[in-house]
Amino acid sequence: MAEKSLAVVPRTPGVVAGRIFIYTLLGIAAVYFLLPFLVMVMTSVKTMEDIRMGTLISLPREINFDAWSEAWSSACIGVNCQGIRGYFLNSIKMVIPAVFISTALGAVNGYVFSKWRFKGSEVIFSMLLIGCFIPFQVILLPMALTLGKLGIAQSINGLVLVHVVYGLAFTTLFFRNFYVSIPDDLVRAARIDGAGFFRIFWRIILPVSAPIIVVTVIWQTTQIWNDFLFGVVFSGGDSQPVTVALNNLVNTSTGVKKYNVDMAAAIIAASPTLLVYILAGKYFLRGLTAGSVKG
Amino acid sequence: MSSLTIKGVYKSFGQVEVLKDISLDIQSGEFLVLVGPSGCGKSTLLNLIAGLETVTRGEIFIRDQMVNGVSPKDRDIAMVFQTYALYPSMSVRKNISFGLEMRKIPKDEIKKIVEKVAGILQIEELLNRKPAQLSGGQRQRVAMGRALARSPSIFLFDEPLSNLDAKLRVEMRTEIKLLHHRLGVTTVYVTHDQIEAMTLADRIAIMKDGTIQQFDTPRNVYKNPANLFVGGFIGSPAMNFIPTQVVQVGDGQGVVLDVDGGQSYTLPASPGNGALAQWVGREVLFGLRPEYLSDSLPDQDEEPQVHELECRVTVVEPTGADTIVFVNINGVKTTCRVHPDSAGKPGETMRLVTDMTKVFFFDPDTGERI
Ligand SMILES: Nc1ncnc2c1ncn2[C@@H]1O[C@H](COP(=O)(O)OP(=O)(O)OP(=O)(O)O)[C@@H](O)[C@H]1O
Ligand SMILES: [Mg+2]
Repeated sequence: MAEKSLAVVPRTPGVVAGRIFIYTLLGIAAVYFLLPFLVMVMTSVKTMEDIRMGTLISLPREINFDAWSEAWSSACIGVNCQGIRGYFLNSIKMVIPAVFISTALGAVNGYVFSKWRFKGSEVIFSMLLIGCFIPFQVILLPMALTLGKLGIAQSINGLVLVHVVYGLAFTTLFFRNFYVSIPDDLVRAARIDGAGFFRIFWRIILPVSAPIIVVTVIWQTTQIWNDFLFGVVFSGGDSQPVTVALNNLVNTSTGVKKYNVDMAAAIIAASPTLLVYILAGKYFLRGLTAGSVKG
Repeated sequence: MSSLTIKGVYKSFGQVEVLKDISLDIQSGEFLVLVGPSGCGKSTLLNLIAGLETVTRGEIFIRDQMVNGVSPKDRDIAMVFQTYALYPSMSVRKNISFGLEMRKIPKDEIKKIVEKVAGILQIEELLNRKPAQLSGGQRQRVAMGRALARSPSIFLFDEPLSNLDAKLRVEMRTEIKLLHHRLGVTTVYVTHDQIEAMTLADRIAIMKDGTIQQFDTPRNVYKNPANLFVGGFIGSPAMNFIPTQVVQVGDGQGVVLDVDGGQSYTLPASPGNGALAQWVGREVLFGLRPEYLSDSLPDQDEEPQVHELECRVTVVEPTGADTIVFVNINGVKTTCRVHPDSAGKPGETMRLVTDMTKVFFFDPDTGERI
């Protein structure tokens, strides 16, 4: 569609000028957003000496990855000088189960709210939606109490629970809105064919859910990986996620400020989300705009 | 044996009463068509029979067994949906075998059934395709195949042909009829197309606003409509309703028709209708089918109830086999079906004949037949 409508636009000078204007604007915007990242990458491969001599945007004189290995395995975070490696693994251990559980539960919830409505289900759904608008800070105290009662305070499991609970509102909303576009007749036909609640979900609904699963997984991965507040509040010393460790690394003052190590650590900490967007961003957009399933 | 019995069924969604006091009874092997305008509750009734919705009041029996609390899968029914509802992720073969698989039928037997059904519907070469790779007509066949495979005691169809183009619809209609003759399975078929209803049904239930207006054979709903609604709904082109005055004519009654052009006719009603005596001097709606206001009628010379009218033609619409001519009677646009060769031109006067044994009188206030 889009390509077609572009093709029929005649190339008058006005149109060409418009194009140039649009691309210039887009280019400026791209540079504006990429510049900080570029500075980070450049700084991370400079030596400390290089940083002291040059300016923020001067090119590195030689490319040196020492800062990267230091950030990864020997930088001091508090008194612990083993780099961010352990915390990076913590984040992975937190993100994978949290994303998996919140996505799975969201899918089942969405399935119920769209295809197995019951008396009051709309009310419950609306209440769940409020969860999307509750600021993080509001749930800190009750959540801390709950985790304490459950005996999983200051642990990765506790963080997983927090993220699952907080993410559920979003994942449910995503799946529910996707599933309302799937014809109800599919479920009716399967019921007549003799399939029950879970079998219909498993055999008929889930196989057509790929677009929304991609969207939800990307969304949740980004949210949970990037989270700082829950991490800082609900984790103990050795269960901290990488975002908290990064903050501590930057704030740990042992003499000189090692900008190159800080930058390298920040890039490492941000790399999974960057990677997810680069690899799957296309599917994210596609999933968000995916239409209904034609039976 | 009674195959399906519906006794005093009501259905409400919240405050809205969608079905009111529905009672039906069909024999084993019968083809029942539920017909009516959009929103009259046909699909809801079908869903109640299927068990996809629960009745608010009343009882449903399948093969003399009460099924109110029985789940859809245990009702021994199969359904074809308007949207076909094919499982998008499964191949045609899987779509057909899914229900059998759920019923734990052995694999080799499933294979045999699928092949047989595919043979009947001529979809063998489609078995490995996905629904998205099929045309509308092919999807329709697969949806029927899925229902057929289960060999249920009742087939339920919800407007299965309404998404097909006109030509294919007629073809599939014939095919469904053949299939029904061949298999002899009790069928409940929902449509809003009265021609589909007339051609397929053993018996028709005509619905309006959640009630059944008439439940009878196609022949009878045509020959003997219970009320204004049925009269107007069944038959194409639709019946003319001409407001007119009942007058005394000799021993009997008659109606006055003022045709465009100044002529006024008083047509005596056929003596069969005694109830008309009470209506002398009052307004009625005179129901006249276009096919009985024509240039000539069979046996018109022997039949004493046939009368002639000279009418001025306003519009002519040739349809091929017949030509539809519009005239004005009592100020109402009236449709006549005439032979193409005798159709007058607009503005001309044309001789039309009508058979008073084939006309109807309706109470203009209640719509009831007189
Ligand atoms: N789940 C529901 N909740 C509330 N109202 C409903 C529900 N299902 C149907 N209705 C209402 O019941 C009435 C009958 O609907 P139904 O689908 O049975 O009509 P129909 O005769 O099949 O019409 P169509 O020819 O358009 O399919 C409609 O007014 C509809 O709005
Ligand atoms: Mg319907």
